[in-house]
Amino acid sequence: MTPAGNPELRSAIGTGALAIVLAATALFALGWGMIAIPAGEVFAALVGEADPMNAQIVTQLRLPRIATAIVAGAALGIGGVLMQALFRNPIADAWSLGLTAGGQLGVALLVTAAAFSGPAAIAFLQSFEGVSITFGAMLGIAVFALAMASLARRVGTITLLVVGLMLGFTVQGIVSVVIHFANRVGGRVFSGWNDGNFAGVQAADLPMLAIPVAAGLVLAAWNAKPLTALLIGETYARSLGTDVARLRRLTLAAVVLLVAPITAYCGPVTFIGLIVPHFARAIAGTARIGPLLPLSALSGALLALAADIVVHAPWEQHFLHLNAVLALVGAPIVIALLVFSPTMRGQG
Amino acid sequence: MLRLDQLAVGYGAPRGTVVSGLDVTLAPGSFVCVLGRNGAGKSTLMRTIAGLQGALAGAALLEDEPIAAMRPQARARRIAVVLTERLSSPGLTVDDVVAMGRSPFTDWRGRLSADDRALAGAALDTAGAAPFSGRLFDDLSDGERQRVMIARAIAQTPRLMVLDEITAFLDLPGRVETMALLRNHARSSGAVVLLSSHDLDLSLQLADSVWLLDGRGGMKTGTAQDLIAAGDIGRAFDTAAVRFSARLGRFELVP
Repeated sequence: MTPAGNPELRSAIGTGALAIVLAATALFALGWGMIAIPAGEVFAALVGEADPMNAQIVTQLRLPRIATAIVAGAALGIGGVLMQALFRNPIADAWSLGLTAGGQLGVALLVTAAAFSGPAAIAFLQSFEGVSITFGAMLGIAVFALAMASLARRVGTITLLVVGLMLGFTVQGIVSVVIHFANRVGGRVFSGWNDGNFAGVQAADLPMLAIPVAAGLVLAAWNAKPLTALLIGETYARSLGTDVARLRRLTLAAVVLLVAPITAYCGPVTFIGLIVPHFARAIAGTARIGPLLPLSALSGALLALAADIVVHAPWEQHFLHLNAVLALVGAPIVIALLVFSPTMRGQG
Repeated sequence: MLRLDQLAVGYGAPRGTVVSGLDVTLAPGSFVCVLGRNGAGKSTLMRTIAGLQGALAGAALLEDEPIAAMRPQARARRIAVVLTERLSSPGLTVDDVVAMGRSPFTDWRGRLSADDRALAGAALDTAGAAPFSGRLFDDLSDGERQRVMIARAIAQTPRLMVLDEITAFLDLPGRVETMALLRNHARSSGAVVLLSSHDLDLSLQLADSVWLLDGRGGMKTGTAQDLIAAGDIGRAFDTAAVRFSARLGRFELVP
């Protein structure tokens, strides 16, 4: 039809191909690590017929971590699509605009408050750990999201990004102080938290991770059409029948639902939300939000999983953090976007 | 049919009322140019008629229905808007942008029916934007983008098109072509086309009628000839250095 090809066809093929690659990568990751387990044995473990030792490694140690990487990558990828559409800014994402930092601060303050309120509060927090840290992250992200959305009306793209990154550094400083006081309550939550980590999530935590993310996905899909209209500007979106104020609220709510549980359980996972929408747009040949959602979810999951595979390489003694791996891939892409993209060059 | 009923447009303090007491009726198929100096209230009037901003008093009615009271989706099905703002929308194709004109008519997923596709294709042709199909919107020149935005508005099959200073970035042939195609579209579709412009002479040549904002809160309406003959153009635009010559039909320097 056109030099760009048919976006529907490209999206369908891309989505199918990514799903297959993701499934294959997940199977590979289940066998990968200090103890190598052959693919046949991984299958056997998944259906409960493997050697108990191998079964335990696959289903108890690796499966929760890999499921977390997939859920987190998908959530952050879609969160990035929503943020970039909402802010009309190709380098917006929950992490780069400081929302993740807000979530960390929310969790840190919650845990500190409990630590200072005495044993009853600590016991309460520990028995509802998943719910309360997710809630703390949601609150922090929501506050930071509203602040950045209002700031975005006054400053340019790059200024917004710098403010977001500075918020991240500030919060990192605060969190490291807070952790010192809050270790009694938040020990497990905070282990390896500033570096991003998929390994701290246990099988029992997965519903708390997946349910808000699923709700965020539904909300994202529901708003894909008006968000597409917003790509040509607020006034045009309104003239096409979009209630822009409501769309902003719903989209920010979706971002909170998608990003808060990931931040609460995995810490700040960088770059995925920022670069994945660019992959998705390149695959689809369009910026329409509808086709980008499955593509971003799958490529986000794949990127998160690939980074996790590197982190858990058998020769690797955990000197590479998740965010270090993501930065090695992501930072050059962001630099290229800033330097070479005609829309970003020369913007204040 | 578009009717203004004692319409007053403007803002709250400090700017206040910009234009008031507007009483006009336009027949279907009219091509009307809105003229006036910067700050006379063209954009405010256009935005109010398009339902993007509230009126201070009175009402604008499309086919006897107050535009301000329409639900957003219902309004989008009947009123299309084209603005002068320069857009950057990385990754959107020309076809995506034109298809958005159908979004008030599609389901929640925005899936296009065969009719929607046909209307979008026809709109590209009408606006002379068919050669840009398949390209990225951001790769087009300003003039080409403006044609795509007009195609999007045509694809919206509106009863009223509101176009605010859309010829500002176009060269002269582009302006003439754009205004001619809008006039033809008004004729053939029966939509009312309302275009604000700084192109005085083109507007005076092509418009069925002219709305002339005098810059003092009032508006004169009539055919170009009437307004020129009555000296209204001169009163709206003359400065100490420039004046409109009714005899020449254009501006001249004050000797």
